[in-house]
Amino acid sequence: MSDKNFIERYTFRERLAHWFVAFTFILLALSGLSVFHPVFNFLNNLFGGGTWARILHPFFGVVLAVSFVDLARRFWNANRIAPADREWMGQLKEMLANRPVKLVETGKYNIAQKYYFWTLTAAIAVLAVTGFVVWQPYFAPLFPIWLLQLAILLHSVAGFVAVLALIVHIYAAYWVRGSIPAMTRGTVTQAWARHHHPGWYREVNKGTK
Amino acid sequence: MALQSLDIVRRSSTTTPSPGVRETQKVAKLIDISKCIGCKACQVACMEWNDLRDEIGTNHGIYDNPIDLTDKSWTVMRFSEVEVEAGKLEWLIRKDGCMHCADPGCLKACPAPGAIVQYSNGIVDFHEENCIGCGYCITGCPFNIPRLSKKDSKAYKCTLCSDRVAVGQEPACVKTCPTGAIVFGSKDDMIHHAEERIVDLKSRGFQNAGLYDPPGVGGTHVMYVLQHADQPEIYHGLPKNPSISPMVSLWKGPFKSLMTLGLGLAGLAAFFHYFTVGPNESGEEDS
Repeated sequence: MSDKNFIERYTFRERLAHWFVAFTFILLALSGLSVFHPVFNFLNNLFGGGTWARILHPFFGVVLAVSFVDLARRFWNANRIAPADREWMGQLKEMLANRPVKLVETGKYNIAQKYYFWTLTAAIAVLAVTGFVVWQPYFAPLFPIWLLQLAILLHSVAGFVAVLALIVHIYAAYWVRGSIPAMTRGTVTQAWARHHHPGWYREVNKGTK
Repeated sequence: MALQSLDIVRRSSTTTPSPGVRETQKVAKLIDISKCIGCKACQVACMEWNDLRDEIGTNHGIYDNPIDLTDKSWTVMRFSEVEVEAGKLEWLIRKDGCMHCADPGCLKACPAPGAIVQYSNGIVDFHEENCIGCGYCITGCPFNIPRLSKKDSKAYKCTLCSDRVAVGQEPACVKTCPTGAIVFGSKDDMIHHAEERIVDLKSRGFQNAGLYDPPGVGGTHVMYVLQHADQPEIYHGLPKNPSISPMVSLWKGPFKSLMTLGLGLAGLAAFFHYFTVGPNESGEEDS
């Protein structure tokens, strides 16, 4: 965008990759939750019934595994955790209460976002491997029953962690006003960048000056 | 198989009580291994009654035929040649099939509502119309009984002829057994009958004869009289102390409820946070 109030945060490719993963993840979460607990059984109907949910879920999983690798490698380097990041964590309580906080030298991602990245990467890795092991009728018969039991247990825990992380991710994006346009339009305002990611703001402006 | 709904006491993936005012007698099938001659009439009767014809397999050099349970073979004879005492060969022939546990692991593991039910008489039945083909029942079963069909991706197993029992008849295998190794009646009567058989076996030298009615699954509605009840494993791997795997109990018990609660609380927390603290507009001020 040529308007000097806006800074580009995500390119078109990055946004496309993100929304593709997001959409696939939602399909997986809904089909997975439908067998997770009876209170979610009704979600079956979104897929044409329980059998369809069971058939489609692992195929969605393959699509997610591939597209997530593509997405993750784009943001891998920017999410490395540095000791300086922990200072941000100390402010968390103040920030959540919507009280003024001291500006910390935050890069493109703060430590909470980095935690989210690594938690989700780990969860999706566990989900992909364990999901493959229990995939009926193609692959599950290859494995002994005790491994299927363990895989289903780990799959449900990792699924829970992933959905919980997603709830936090979506809420945080909404709660911090000005964040969502980063992923829908690709841009954020100067003020948003100066306040939330001053280190990144300085780096980006060095290039444009 | 279809039955009046009032008879169902437990239903898969259902958190509220199933209709349970009627208390019918608990039934049981007793298989006396000391009387079994391995004729497989029971396998044939099961095929005849249930209209099942399995694929013809290949000879594995032993009498087991078919070699394993399948979606179309709900009971198979398992032949084991065992030297229980040195120099004394015993040919142990066990009729394998669903044990109809009082605490069914398959039902506990099943995520499809109404795919697995337990009747008040103790029979555990699959309602395949509701089965989604996930195979969780296989992970829940301590005896490795349910089999997924390659044809329709649904799980099948012995029904204890629930349709026959519903109209007061004995299961097909019971009716046909030529030696009377398989008997059927109320569980109490079957335990009583087994006790008499065990006295007889002990008098003939089988000091460790006993009844196989494993408490780890709450007892079963298919029981065995074993000549060597202290070593069930020699009967082609019959588990000595079967119970539902703790991984399944954990996943389907506390974890499932806690995690669901966790997700609900996260959503509520987000909602209440937003409507008490308000949005974070710090990035919108001009610095």
